[in-house]
Amino acid sequence: MATLEIHDLHVSVEAEGGPREILRGVDLTVKQGETHAIMGPNGSGKSTLAYSLAGHPKYTVTGGTVTLDGENVLDMTVDERARAGVFLAMQYPVEVPGVSVSNFLRTSATAIRGEAPKLRTWVKEVKEAMQRLQIDPAFAERNVNEGFSGGEKKRHEILQLELLKPKIAILDETDSGLDVDALRVVSEGVNRVAESGEVGTLLITHYTRILRYIKPDHVHVFSAGRIVESGGPELADTLENEGYESYVKGGASA
Amino acid sequence: MAETIPAGATTEGAIQVGHPRDARVSAPASYDVADFPVPHGREEEWRFTPLERLRGLHDGTAVADGGVKVEVTAPQGVTVETVGRDDARLGKAGKPVDRVAAQAYSSFEKASLVSVPKDTVLTEPVRIAVHGAGGTAYGHQVIEVGAFAEAVVVIDHTGDAVLAANVEYVIGDGAKLTVVSVQDWDDKAVHIAQHTALVGRDASFKSVIVTLGGDLVRLSPRVIYGAPGGEADLYGLYFTDKGQHQEHRLFIDHDTPHCRSNVAYKGALQGQDAHAVWIGDVLIRAEAEGTDTYELNRNLVLTDGARVDSVPNLEIETGEIVGAGHASATGRFDDEQLFYLMARGIPEGEARRLVVRGFFGELIQQIGLPELEERLMAKIDAELEASV
Ligand SMILES: Nc1ncnc2c1ncn2[C@@H]1O[C@H](COP(=O)(O)OP(=O)(O)O)[C@@H](O)[C@H]1O
Ligand SMILES: [Mg+2]
Repeated sequence: MATLEIHDLHVSVEAEGGPREILRGVDLTVKQGETHAIMGPNGSGKSTLAYSLAGHPKYTVTGGTVTLDGENVLDMTVDERARAGVFLAMQYPVEVPGVSVSNFLRTSATAIRGEAPKLRTWVKEVKEAMQRLQIDPAFAERNVNEGFSGGEKKRHEILQLELLKPKIAILDETDSGLDVDALRVVSEGVNRVAESGEVGTLLITHYTRILRYIKPDHVHVFSAGRIVESGGPELADTLENEGYESYVKGGASA
Repeated sequence: MAETIPAGATTEGAIQVGHPRDARVSAPASYDVADFPVPHGREEEWRFTPLERLRGLHDGTAVADGGVKVEVTAPQGVTVETVGRDDARLGKAGKPVDRVAAQAYSSFEKASLVSVPKDTVLTEPVRIAVHGAGGTAYGHQVIEVGAFAEAVVVIDHTGDAVLAANVEYVIGDGAKLTVVSVQDWDDKAVHIAQHTALVGRDASFKSVIVTLGGDLVRLSPRVIYGAPGGEADLYGLYFTDKGQHQEHRLFIDHDTPHCRSNVAYKGALQGQDAHAVWIGDVLIRAEAEGTDTYELNRNLVLTDGARVDSVPNLEIETGEIVGAGHASATGRFDDEQLFYLMARGIPEGEARRLVVRGFFGELIQQIGLPELEERLMAKIDAELEASV
């Protein structure tokens, strides 16, 4: 069973006037089949955690370890991490002019699976996945994320999640900027993948709204670069009613 | 592609009304090299070109030694001749416009003349192989296409050479000519050429310039319309590597009513001191009513240290036109794109290839020569392989 273990992770970014520490000792274990919600106010370092796990070059790990089934993730290049089974659905997916969605999906599926998927089954697979996410088939010929609305970008991220079947899925604010319909469609996609029992999900969110559709097994409160409290789904209800205020104060003084 | 301008790049551009264009160049067009002063580098037409790398082509010190071979392979029905300087069919498309072109015109000994008789529609291309064995040469080629004839000409430049040349295209009424000129030189080659097309009534000219190799390549494609109804599509693709200077200076002279022109040049640059220059001069003269013109130049800068100068100039002397526009943009290969693709398991080299292929892909499709498509893509891949 795949397990992602994050231990005492410290991460800095290069800022004006020298490196600035954003993550200050994150500890978290995510197992295949589990869904963890990470909730925290803006600026608490959630995206930093997500990007650091995926290996974005902007973030420098200054301490701690990350392993996937015992393998050192921090030693891997970005593409190696993806092929090892780490998937990041980005908060702000990037436009790639000149590269069509269909070419992009096939190239990444080929890289992740280690061989080109058989053309006939692949076309069917993509078509069905797009249908489930209510993505217009014409999108296959559009350039990646170019001119997509916020909701279309997020659906496209979840489409990749469904096709690439990672061991660990990190979803960075996949819910933000979505209207209710899109939120439901996207959540259903995440749930389909989760129900396979083969993915460990790290659902990063600012709002509790998505938790009406996706039921986490564990909820963690993130503040000032670390997890300040962990609990079951009921913790989300507390946050819904009371907000982050008490944690923000606690985090700031820590 | 983010539309940020990398350090050191310039993107200028102007739409001017009613300026006499030749005021900007240092001498009027002429067949005689003596009519041009030796450039010192600050002239409008030389300001981007490193003269010290021209190997004497600009100051009369480069001596021809016959080290460049020209071989023409043509399908049946096409006449291929090697003619002397005094042949009356030479020099008809237009005069040399700078000192090096005039030097070539004043110095060449034999010209290659390819004639496609009227009404002849070729099903196979004419191939011209220009191969340098390390020599210096002044070249001259004329491609004549008779009325209502149709031809594709592929000119391949390979090897090592110091070459100054003029190429003339004389396109008869209702004729169609497509010319693909590939500059696939070795690293040290220097190639300066003026390509002048005289487009007949209702004739079509399509030029595809592909510049990959050489130390310094400077091409000046020019279009002149002999009669109304002509159209010209000028496509270009360049891949400028470390230390290379690749310059394309286009001029379209709309001096005749109801003609159309369309220009699309795209370039990728990588490596220290890679320098691409693109000049797009379009002049719509007072008498050229009904003109329709558009020109575009896009550059993709893959690494630090490369420089682009992109200067579209549109001069309009009449308001009675169908359309006139230009666009120029220089963008940097975006590390966020690379991260996004790699985060989907795609290795770095392949990710770069995807983006660069994507950048050129649309242009290559527009060219509309399927047999060229794969060849160009393969060349672009090879360029990327060579220096990533
Ligand atoms: N390049 C950077 N330079 C300086 N500060 C940064 C940089 N990138 C992120 N930060 C800071 O790091 C903190 C965490 O940001 P982020 O991880 O995006 O938080 P979240 O996703 O929780 O909103 C913020 O205070 C943000 O301003
Ligand atoms: Mg964020």
